[in-house]
Amino acid sequence: MKSLLQVKDLKVYYKSIWGDFKSVDGVTFEVYENEVFGIAGESGCGKSSLVDGILRLVAPPGYIAGGEVIFEGVDLLKIPEKELRRIRWTKLAYIPQGAMNSLNPVIRIEEQIIDAILDHKQMSKRKSRQLALSALKSVGLPVEVMQMYPHELSGGMKQRVIIAMAIALKPRLVVADEPTTALDVVIQRGILQLLRRLKEDYGMTVIMVSHDMAAHAQVADRIAIMYAGKIVEIGFVYDVFEDPLHPYTKGLISAIPSIGRKYVKGIPGLPPSPLNWPAGCRFHPRCTYATDVCRSVEPPMREVSPGHFVSCHLYGEKA
Amino acid sequence: MSIPLLELRNITKVFRIGGGLGLFSTRTIKAVDSVSFTMPADKPVIVALVGESGSGKTTIARMILGLLKPTSGDILYRGRSVSQWLKENRLEYYKEVQPIFQDPYSIYNPFYRIDRVLKMTIRKFKLASSEQEAEKMIVEAMREVGLRPEDLLGRYPHQLSGGERQRFMLVRILLIKPRLIVADEPVSMIDVSLRAIFLDHLLSLRDKLGTSCLYITHDLNTASYVADSIIVLCHGRVVEDGSANEVISDPLHPYTKLLLTSLPVPDPRQRWGEEIDLSTLETFEKIKAEKGCVFHARCPYATDECRERAPPLIEAKPGRRVACFLYTS
Repeated sequence: MKSLLQVKDLKVYYKSIWGDFKSVDGVTFEVYENEVFGIAGESGCGKSSLVDGILRLVAPPGYIAGGEVIFEGVDLLKIPEKELRRIRWTKLAYIPQGAMNSLNPVIRIEEQIIDAILDHKQMSKRKSRQLALSALKSVGLPVEVMQMYPHELSGGMKQRVIIAMAIALKPRLVVADEPTTALDVVIQRGILQLLRRLKEDYGMTVIMVSHDMAAHAQVADRIAIMYAGKIVEIGFVYDVFEDPLHPYTKGLISAIPSIGRKYVKGIPGLPPSPLNWPAGCRFHPRCTYATDVCRSVEPPMREVSPGHFVSCHLYGEKA
Repeated sequence: MSIPLLELRNITKVFRIGGGLGLFSTRTIKAVDSVSFTMPADKPVIVALVGESGSGKTTIARMILGLLKPTSGDILYRGRSVSQWLKENRLEYYKEVQPIFQDPYSIYNPFYRIDRVLKMTIRKFKLASSEQEAEKMIVEAMREVGLRPEDLLGRYPHQLSGGERQRFMLVRILLIKPRLIVADEPVSMIDVSLRAIFLDHLLSLRDKLGTSCLYITHDLNTASYVADSIIVLCHGRVVEDGSANEVISDPLHPYTKLLLTSLPVPDPRQRWGEEIDLSTLETFEKIKAEKGCVFHARCPYATDECRERAPPLIEAKPGRRVACFLYTS
């Protein structure tokens, strides 16, 4: 597997009068070519800040407090803005959270897609129109949509227009932040399958950020679990779901109410605040296995079985 | 049969849309269309009202809570219409019927400490005879739902997390001890790890205090977890209902079937089989049909009859109602 993106010790902090909110606090992972990489976690764990960090979209009062994001050999955090602009959309596309509401209500879909294309790559108008059309086709929308305004489309159709825009220039990596929230289940299924197709039919690499573990189970090849600004576990989706290692992952998986599942149990306690993460392992106040070492020493990331990493003291000896 | 706890009789709600001041309004939308169902009074139950966005589920909740008036039809609580309750025994009605709303962020007045919300509740419903008793009740109710009074009392709403706020709603419920909770998407904004805990509280309210609940949701997964029975709504109409087990294991209406097969299973070994055809996912015609069955535009079994006439809600099996011509012959 060839590596496409490497994130090394990335830190995204937000300044506030109470001190820094350490939303992403030292995250390291790698995304391989042509895979769907899922990032899961609950609200406030830093998933969206992580995406902002990777794409260098962190806006004040937020700032990148450290780390590297290597994409195709260059550190996206260090290159000049102009160069970054050339990479965005042509090689690296982004589907932001709630993107379907970001379409301009008074401009036809056709123009919006063409504008986005021309903004990032020089070509004739005719060529850009062709690209827009084929992108719409690949998300299953008919030609008529080109001449329509956003209000004439349903939420799911707008989300597909956004995906069409993102893939129009055939980027190598697509980052989708909560692509299915606020959509009805049937539409959700369509969008998730579409993301999967980006990988299978178009050879793209997809990073999907979602709080919904079931969505990850359906589309991801590998998955990273975030908790309190850190990644606590990474592995192939089958390994993580069938043999979750971190107590948080275990809790998260058994907390999903699902049809045919008799035993559902929540995780007691509440997530900590990014202003003041707990010392040691950040999950220890909610963890039933917590020992003294968990309360004082931060567990390192260890590879417990091939490709399956966890940061938890329970797995210390096996490494 | 004894008088039901809650009974909806042919409830219809029509909204006018467009046009300033209603002067130019030409379009109307039937958000709720002849909905009838009952909840029993003899034993506490959790009834799930399941539907997608635009199905009219929130409108139904608001009508039961007296926040909206039905265009036609009756809502009876313990045999008396809600409008009559509100006119004559408003306080008593809200002592018995209490809401839990979806968004735990917008229901609190940001200027008041959380204690005040609870104390006002106690004062309004005259739940305690003294200040000390009130405080004791608050502390006990908070412990019951896993909130630490020593940490949280005296705080302002913005200092609480979403999970904590939603649990404060439960504290209110524990103080008031209503007979019926109308919970509109109560867990859709709280985290998965806390969702099951909240749902378990609804179950224990049913089992320990005998509180019934109308659990309104878009999510069949959580509905199957808490509900005794399930009512499926589609574009303002009831298309199917029955006991939760039966509706889930043997769905009758093609819409229920579609919903169930679309649910993502949290297991990578059980991925969706065939892909759904994206081009048929949504059509330009208003998905809700003007006449005929509300689901015919998306239904694989639709016939001319379905496009012409709306199927009546009939009893297909004992305890199972369905509105579909597949079951009328």
